[in-house]
Amino acid sequence: MSKPYTRPMPRDWWNKNSAFRLFMLRELSSVFVALFALELLCFVSQVGQGEEAMNQFIKSLGNPFLLVFHAVVLAFALLHSITWFNLTPKVMVIRRGEERLPDVLVAGSNYVACLGVSVLLWWIVKG
Amino acid sequence: MPDEKTTLEILRYHPETDEEPRFQSFEVPYRDDWVILDAINWIKENVDGTLTYRWSCRMGVCGSCGMMINGTPRLTCAVFLNEFYPEPIRIEPLAYFPIERDLVTVMDSFMEKLQSVKPWLIRNEGEEQPLEEGEYLQSPAELASYKQFSMCINCMLCYAACPVTGLESEFVGPAAIALGMRYNRDSRDQGREQRQEVIASDDAIWKCTFVGECSAVCPKNVDPAGAIQQAKVESTIDWYTSLLPWTKK
Repeated sequence: MSKPYTRPMPRDWWNKNSAFRLFMLRELSSVFVALFALELLCFVSQVGQGEEAMNQFIKSLGNPFLLVFHAVVLAFALLHSITWFNLTPKVMVIRRGEERLPDVLVAGSNYVACLGVSVLLWWIVKG
Repeated sequence: MPDEKTTLEILRYHPETDEEPRFQSFEVPYRDDWVILDAINWIKENVDGTLTYRWSCRMGVCGSCGMMINGTPRLTCAVFLNEFYPEPIRIEPLAYFPIERDLVTVMDSFMEKLQSVKPWLIRNEGEEQPLEEGEYLQSPAELASYKQFSMCINCMLCYAACPVTGLESEFVGPAAIALGMRYNRDSRDQGREQRQEVIASDDAIWKCTFVGECSAVCPKNVDPAGAIQQAKVESTIDWYTSLLPWTKK
């Protein structure tokens, strides 16, 4: 007699182990990165409206709520970047003959590029 | 040591009598050199001959004895009791597959998905190398490009580890896609376009959210998560290439 039983998927499957929880945090991080991108667009829009609007916007960034928000965004942005950087060797397989370029070099190139862009931006802003 | 015991909590399901699965505890002798499969075999021989499960080679090659060990899909022939002793060990059939009986799952869906990616060498019509020309030659570098994906033993641990297969039953899944990639990467093969109909479809690579657990549990280090992400990159390049005016069909 065949009467296969299909077990339901538990609603809290994502809380089953630390790997799933980290995955969900990584997915959630994109929401905060997107929110910050929106804020950045608002800033660009204010810059377009003149110096007074821009200064007003910068002044409003001192709001305690926004300071906490930015701390959270920074934490999620770091999580987002680090987890994805570390996954790049799985996606980008570079071979030289039989040998595969070591994972640390593939992932490391992201960190080097990130540092390079950050230094460049800092140099432009400091300008 | 000879008198030491440990406990296995095994999920039982007998469709003739059970409405739903239930756990049953068994006390088994504890031996340092016993794997979980040894303990299950001991129960079958000494306590309950109706306990139903799959196994064959006992050496991590056949891929038959995969089960959930304390919630993680693993080959029971490769997990020692001493990893958990003296705590009880919970053993269930592979997650997300329908349970046929006790620890045996229905794997028809997996077999269908596996076949859908055409995991065999395909040559274009009329381009078969004549027998008298001998075998298709392949360099060590060409072999290395797909060898990792060819190590799959179809144990289905990756399906039981992947929450997407649990949430979306039509997902073609890690092993099948990795095996499709194994043949796509093979220099002797010309079947990529045929496989892309399945691999690049909504039910295959684009359902994967890169949880990565399929690769974490793989006993053969196949890295199906990597295979899927690489297929995504290649399919994306295909799509952009198809937009170029000089490549339009």
